[in-house]
Amino acid sequence: MSDVKKTATRESYGNALKELGALHPDVIVFDADLSASTKTGVFRAAYPERHFNCGIAEGNMMAVAAGAAAMGLVPYASSFAMFASGRAFEQVRNSIGYTQLNVKIGATHGGISVGEDGASHQCCEDFALMRSIPGMVVMSPADDAEAKAMVFAAYDHPGPVYMRFGRAPVPAVHGDDYKFTIGKGETLAEGTDVAIIANGLCVAEALGARDILAQEGISARVINMGTIKPLDEELVLKAARECKKIVTCEEHSVIGGLGEAVCAVVAEAGLSCPVKRVGVQDVFGHSGPFTALLEEFGLTAPHIAEACR
Amino acid sequence: MTSKEKKQLAIAACKIRMGALEGVHAAKAGHPGGSLSAADMFAYLYFKELNIDPANPHMEDRDRFVLSKGHTAPGLYAALALRGFFPWEDLKTLRQIGSHLQGHPNMAMTPGVDMSTGSLGQGISAAAGMALAAKVKGLPIRVYTLLGDGEIEEGEVWEATMFAHHHKLDDLCVIVDNNGLQIDGPIDQVMSPYPIPEKFKAFGLHVIEIDGHDFDQIEAAFNEARETKGVPTAIVMKTVKGKGVSFMENQASWHGKAPNDEEFKKAMDELNARLTELEGEKDE
Repeated sequence: MSDVKKTATRESYGNALKELGALHPDVIVFDADLSASTKTGVFRAAYPERHFNCGIAEGNMMAVAAGAAAMGLVPYASSFAMFASGRAFEQVRNSIGYTQLNVKIGATHGGISVGEDGASHQCCEDFALMRSIPGMVVMSPADDAEAKAMVFAAYDHPGPVYMRFGRAPVPAVHGDDYKFTIGKGETLAEGTDVAIIANGLCVAEALGARDILAQEGISARVINMGTIKPLDEELVLKAARECKKIVTCEEHSVIGGLGEAVCAVVAEAGLSCPVKRVGVQDVFGHSGPFTALLEEFGLTAPHIAEACR
Repeated sequence: MTSKEKKQLAIAACKIRMGALEGVHAAKAGHPGGSLSAADMFAYLYFKELNIDPANPHMEDRDRFVLSKGHTAPGLYAALALRGFFPWEDLKTLRQIGSHLQGHPNMAMTPGVDMSTGSLGQGISAAAGMALAAKVKGLPIRVYTLLGDGEIEEGEVWEATMFAHHHKLDDLCVIVDNNGLQIDGPIDQVMSPYPIPEKFKAFGLHVIEIDGHDFDQIEAAFNEARETKGVPTAIVMKTVKGKGVSFMENQASWHGKAPNDEEFKKAMDELNARLTELEGEKDE
């Protein structure tokens, strides 16, 4: 895939915010001293009067964003996933979730692909935390096109949205004509032996796993599940009925994320389709180059292929 | 302020105290102490200071009020009912299933409530966000938020104060109800936030210290806050927790406890006597 264009979805976030800001004067952006990393600085360069630094105070930022939303503006509040979902959890839960105010959380640096910063900054719990808040939409894009589409879809969705973007460059799996709908998964490749349901950077790896499996005569369906909540239950159940097994794959703890969400849907429907969860196995990460970490924590194509056999 | 006006505010405050106690007594739970200490402030805000319209609670250019110390909702609800946002009888449904009067304020359920609060420290942040948004939108409004003195032990209060000063939110007015008591006891024994005015001054706010039961001082403070440009204002008001009910005054035990039938009758008798006295006063 060396000829495929790679983009970190945090870059896509910053670029999309700038485009969105041109269309909608009610979009404002908050950041917590990370605008160079979250890429909200791209928006600030275009619309300095609508970008507000909150300093290193993420809890305050979330409740400030709630207040701005209560006044009819559409705030995008940004920090690293660890602090947006973890540090500020209670502000997100009470001031944004409980109120159902129209705040969009743009959380960058999700998962272990944060790399060298180490476990303190490698958030593998954000899907679990955000999924547990009633009415919160939770999304994680696979590539540049999907990340941009999500930023726009979030604007059109009334109510709170959590978007997780990555630090590491990921290859494009979509064309520029890609259409995204909140709550709808996408079948990227057909197959019947196994269905791989993935999101984020694991989608490209899942497609790689499909190629490996094809050489062994195993037919793998690949589903990109960009929205973790609300989950496209119909697409999951279709996979459970038509494939012999399901493998979920996410750059997140196996606890509380996409994998558990898929398990719940399959089990509650009374289907016997087995589900395996590929993800971070209830352990903390550590420092290192992100490619080595993805390998070590079992999130690359060969590991996914192994889980499918 | 004319003596007639002052009398009307005192009557409103007395009725707010009665309404708060009616709610807490009916619910057999709730927070009377801080509702009573802030009752005079509630009366002044809802009958003199705030630009609001009970017939149009979502009016865009209304002033905003955020009860950051959300547990004193019974006092806020009584003020809103008295001002005409919803029927007075609703107060007796406080905390009951099906009631729009939740244990802590809910903006989606109760007319006149501008922000859902209850988790301490978050209301002042939301109020700062409102004041910032008003500037972005060019809305000429003011935003008020009322905090408890125990509440300012929360670090978020100081994050929000720093934010409000940094972004020059001079339409934001922070009010601290310094009644000196929190659930576990006197604030200076639990976790002293003193000296309070100096802390807000150090964060760059314009600070005004008043007696929170004196309407002249409240009026002067709000006038001064409105004239203050470039920085937000903090009004630190000394109050008596449980004010207006003799056996509740200065007792931490009445922070979050409902009166039994006998205590309720005694409290209402005292407040009724005060109301009769106020209503009998001749206007000068």
